[in-house]
Amino acid sequence: MISLPHLASLPVTPGQLTGLLAILTIVLMNISRGRVWYHLPSWEHAFGLVGLSLLVDGQYLGLVDAPREAMMGETGRIMYVHVPSAWLTMVVFLFTCIFAVAFLLTGKRVFDLLVESTTEVGIVLSILLQATGMLFAKPTWGVYWDWDPRLVSTTVMMLSFMGVLSLRAALDDADRRATWTSVGAILATTSMGVTYMSVRWWRSIHQMQSSPDTVAKPMVLILRINAFAFLFLSVWLIARRWRIADAQARMDEAPPLPPEVTV
Amino acid sequence: MSWILRVPAVVSKELLIEWRERSRVSSLLFYSFALLLMVAFAMPDVRMLGDIAGGALWLGLLLASTRSLDQSFRVELENDSLEGMVLWPVDPLAIFYGKALANAFVLILVASVITPLLGVLYHPSWHGQPWALAAVIVLGCAGIAGPGTLVASLTAQARGSSALLPVLLFPLVVPVVMASARTTILLFQGDPMGQVDNWLVLLLIFNVVHWSLDGLLFARVVEEAG
Repeated sequence: MISLPHLASLPVTPGQLTGLLAILTIVLMNISRGRVWYHLPSWEHAFGLVGLSLLVDGQYLGLVDAPREAMMGETGRIMYVHVPSAWLTMVVFLFTCIFAVAFLLTGKRVFDLLVESTTEVGIVLSILLQATGMLFAKPTWGVYWDWDPRLVSTTVMMLSFMGVLSLRAALDDADRRATWTSVGAILATTSMGVTYMSVRWWRSIHQMQSSPDTVAKPMVLILRINAFAFLFLSVWLIARRWRIADAQARMDEAPPLPPEVTV
Repeated sequence: MSWILRVPAVVSKELLIEWRERSRVSSLLFYSFALLLMVAFAMPDVRMLGDIAGGALWLGLLLASTRSLDQSFRVELENDSLEGMVLWPVDPLAIFYGKALANAFVLILVASVITPLLGVLYHPSWHGQPWALAAVIVLGCAGIAGPGTLVASLTAQARGSSALLPVLLFPLVVPVVMASARTTILLFQGDPMGQVDNWLVLLLIFNVVHWSLDGLLFARVVEEAG
């Protein structure tokens, strides 16, 4: 068993190192492309940089500094990925619903594109949530999967939003696609609530929500650092995905080429 | 609120279409019947059939519903009749509730034919009250038909709609299928813990949420449907 030094005792934290490396990469790329060295192509990269550094340090803290979990031992450390991804899945899908309602009320294209981006990022987060949840469940519950309210409703939520994406992919007309995706996203969000309530009437082995009162002090801080890392990275991913969607939308509605002049 | 007066007209139009194409309802019945047989063949032991009867019933109804819901908007696409109805003008709410009621009616019809068949084929024991079974069938079919009508309106004009409908619909109706199947199983096997009422309340809540929300969302869908 290798024992690593605590984060506070390191002269430079791995997160700071990662951040510096990333900044160095950006500077080198700027120089090689003949731009000013401090040029940042778009604002969301700042979120990406901070998120990445926080994530590296947060995971180091979770793996090295955090105390052994009293019941689950070293396995409990997976919590520092599992819990933040659960929080962020909820936050991102909540924003999907908010953007969908905003699109139906205002009809602005930006909200439609944000619905698309948040749905995709939310699905990625929920896949991460399910995967870490399964790895967590095997050593603690003895099985990878149990028909548990929390698990079932999370899976149903993920499937609903995947359905929304399939619907989006199957529609060609831009206006129709925008409206119908928003309707689908609202449906997916509301159904989640009812599903959660319905499966609660089954027995559950998943613990209730944790709060700072029920978690040991040193763990709370590490969970918060990781949660902010996930938040910043999600903002970064959503903004990047939004730019792609925006470019695609502008390409789709580009004016037709002028008719060829025949002599 | 004058749109409510139009709902019966839309319902009768839908049912008239169903009546004129009776082969559709009868093929739906044969489909569910064949499904019940197939479930029986897939079981390792026929003595287990009594225990799973409730689940098989709702699985059959759910799969049958995807076929009928898909048709319900397909017929409108010929001659642009949906756009015609909107321009008449029929309020979108009347169109939605008319169609959803008609879809629920067709499903209840199928359920009331295959439930007795289920009793003959699967030999479930019986410990419940007939009114409770009737309530489950009505609420369960309405719970599938309400969101199902909205989802069908979304998928009918998309590419590969018959595959897309279940993808969107099944996650939405998880609570309905769960509650209906649980209740039916409890009615067959006995309900010592008195859970039936809770499940019925859940079905009722689901129906209230979806039948009120989906109509409003449908109004936005048809604006783009033309």
